[in-house]
Amino acid sequence: MIEIKNIHKQFDGRTVLNNISALFGNGSTTLIIGQSGAGKTVLLNCIVGLLTPEKGETLYDGRNIFKMSKKEKLMLRREIGMLFQGSALFDSMSVLENVMFPLDLFSDLTYKERLKRARLCLDRVNLIDAQDKMPEELSGGMQKRAAIARAISLGPKYLFCDEPNSGLDPQTSLRIDELIHGITTEYNITTIVNTHDMNSVMGIGDHILFLADGNLTWEGNKEEILNTDNAILNSFLFSSDLVRKVKEMGSKNK
Amino acid sequence: MILSSIRTFGSYIILMNRVFSRPERWRVFYRSTLREAFGLGISSIPIVLLISFFIGAVICIQMKVNVESPWMPKFVVGYATREVLLLEFSSSIMCLILAGKVGSNITSEIGTMRVTQQIDALEIMGVNSASFLILPKITALMLIIPALVIFSIAAGTAGAYAIGEFTGIITPEDLTIGMQYEFDQWYIWNSIIKAVVFAYIITSVSSFYGYRVTGGSGEVGKASTNAVVSSSVLILFSDIILTHILI
Repeated sequence: MIEIKNIHKQFDGRTVLNNISALFGNGSTTLIIGQSGAGKTVLLNCIVGLLTPEKGETLYDGRNIFKMSKKEKLMLRREIGMLFQGSALFDSMSVLENVMFPLDLFSDLTYKERLKRARLCLDRVNLIDAQDKMPEELSGGMQKRAAIARAISLGPKYLFCDEPNSGLDPQTSLRIDELIHGITTEYNITTIVNTHDMNSVMGIGDHILFLADGNLTWEGNKEEILNTDNAILNSFLFSSDLVRKVKEMGSKNK
Repeated sequence: MILSSIRTFGSYIILMNRVFSRPERWRVFYRSTLREAFGLGISSIPIVLLISFFIGAVICIQMKVNVESPWMPKFVVGYATREVLLLEFSSSIMCLILAGKVGSNITSEIGTMRVTQQIDALEIMGVNSASFLILPKITALMLIIPALVIFSIAAGTAGAYAIGEFTGIITPEDLTIGMQYEFDQWYIWNSIIKAVVFAYIITSVSSFYGYRVTGGSGEVGKASTNAVVSSSVLILFSDIILTHILI
């Protein structure tokens, strides 16, 4: 479980996050949504510890990341898996080597055991046939799946995904979402996904946080989000013509 | 300008402090060092041999044309060619060439890793990315570049003999007498010591510029150019100091 308390972050005197508090449970997927520039990535970076806020705490099962020693922080990082927007696969390594990389560095397994574990992870994301390919030979969706396999290779307790669907077609996005959600429940991981994809919201939004101008404006789940009377959230949700028309059709049918 | 230079130097020291830390896994470190030695060093052998061969030949011709006089013994051409190759060309000038080839390669590789978040991915995993990426490169090149310098001396000497043989400007016998005249073994060590220092400069400076890239591919290109310019200037500057100390 991850808890953030009163996270406050400024850049050059401009407030980017304003006293954000939230709880992220085990085995559930929390989506952080909001317009570009709302502070989603900054919040994710503050949770992961890549950025230090001026005020506030991030607690990983009660352990405050900002008060940890260097060694404790290193140990915590091994419990974290992260999926980056651009996949961030190491381009000098094959897919299999990418997945084996965290195991090579941080596990005491033998080579055969590491290989077996890496292949298991690749099998979980349906990428076992592409294990010898280099990252540039993969499609965007395959790269994301390989990055997921790498993120789960050490069996993380916490998984962070920054815009996992960016640059992907709707069908592939759906598959990535299902994979992230499936892994989260299967391994009881605390997963936080940064997105502005409405399909993800409706598909895997166990818990949703809506950020607007650095403020946590709304919190709920995928069932509650459609019936919200929050004006800012509604304008964000129904900003596309397609979604607006679907909503109008839904209202007429009622 | 001065403040910015001090700030840059401070950032370099902080980065090097992170670089020189105990590797996470020695097995991974040895593997990376070996890969860098092949990728950056061994792949440079053909260009080093080619340039050194031709420059060795040109130095020999220049010496013949400019030094020849009735009062000068014939072997002076071989003697002067050896001194130029050993003391300056194969160590300093060859390292300047390598600063362009290897240095820009290192900066663009690390810079691309930075802009595509591969370095962030390492940090998130709990890896000391500076040490993981830069230390094997420094170790590999500090071992390989001195070997390249020795190859360069050999190729330059071969070039001098080849031009003597083909054009007849000097006989191999006279060249050999010159090459062996008052030979001091220390000059070879002098070249090797210089090469080790220059290898450190090339790798650390290029890595520093790559590691601190922000933005996109344009910035990676600019960083590569800056890395080559800075390492070249530092090589020339330290060449003066080293020459003064070592000779």
